[in-house]
Amino acid sequence: MADKPRIKLPKEAKKGEIIQIKTLVSHLMESGQRKDAQGKPIPRKIINKFTCEFNGKPVFSCVLEPAISANPYIQFDARIDEEGTFKFAWTDDDGSVVTAEEKIALKA
Amino acid sequence: MGAINRRQAFLLGGGFVALTVMPMAANAEPSNDAAEMIKKFTGGKEAAKGKITLDLPEIAENGNTVPLALSVESPMTADNYVKEVLFVADGNPNAGVATLMFTPLSGKAEASIRIRLAQTQNVIAVAKMSDGSLFTERKTVKVTIGGCGG
Repeated sequence: MADKPRIKLPKEAKKGEIIQIKTLVSHLMESGQRKDAQGKPIPRKIINKFTCEFNGKPVFSCVLEPAISANPYIQFDARIDEEGTFKFAWTDDDGSVVTAEEKIALKA
Repeated sequence: MGAINRRQAFLLGGGFVALTVMPMAANAEPSNDAAEMIKKFTGGKEAAKGKITLDLPEIAENGNTVPLALSVESPMTADNYVKEVLFVADGNPNAGVATLMFTPLSGKAEASIRIRLAQTQNVIAVAKMSDGSLFTERKTVKVTIGGCGG
């Protein structure tokens, strides 16, 4: 399964500021189109869903298909109205979920 | 190998066969279910052009990772925001690329992902707003090396 995801976001933001969040998770994203040396199709195994929540409220999510490159990189924005915690989750085809958390504080 | 075989076929006088087969292959190009996916997403409604900015390279040297940046014009307030954006690629084995779901907390309807493109084709984005209106944009990407080979 995937390694620890890499997430980049500022440590603090002004109230109402829109910040950019960059995420990258290591995953082969096997498309199901490729064949092995014996000519047998390699079964599909991808991250099919990504979600981001802030203090329990949905911020951004996406459904991914095999047409997403290996080691899926997702960049999006979030508006910060209060301090709190971002929760990120990547769901694999095999049902496993990789999660990560990041805190953000309000700038005085 | 295909090119060599075709050349050999011509040399052997089989050019006639190749000429009759090739136009068929060209016609069959939008081979996947891109149109149906869009129809399902829009519920059969017509999507207007505009509001969406797609940033994709004109020529992708490597179809395995093609950077795709999206931006949709929207105030992103609680009663006026971009709800969902569907991406399809009309020349991939499967049309679906990704569906992005935004909320007012996104602040901006902007996102970047990296996609695979098997060959030169159109990438189509359809955005659904919170009021149900639909917008679409498409861009052709020339692919030098396809992203689905094994």
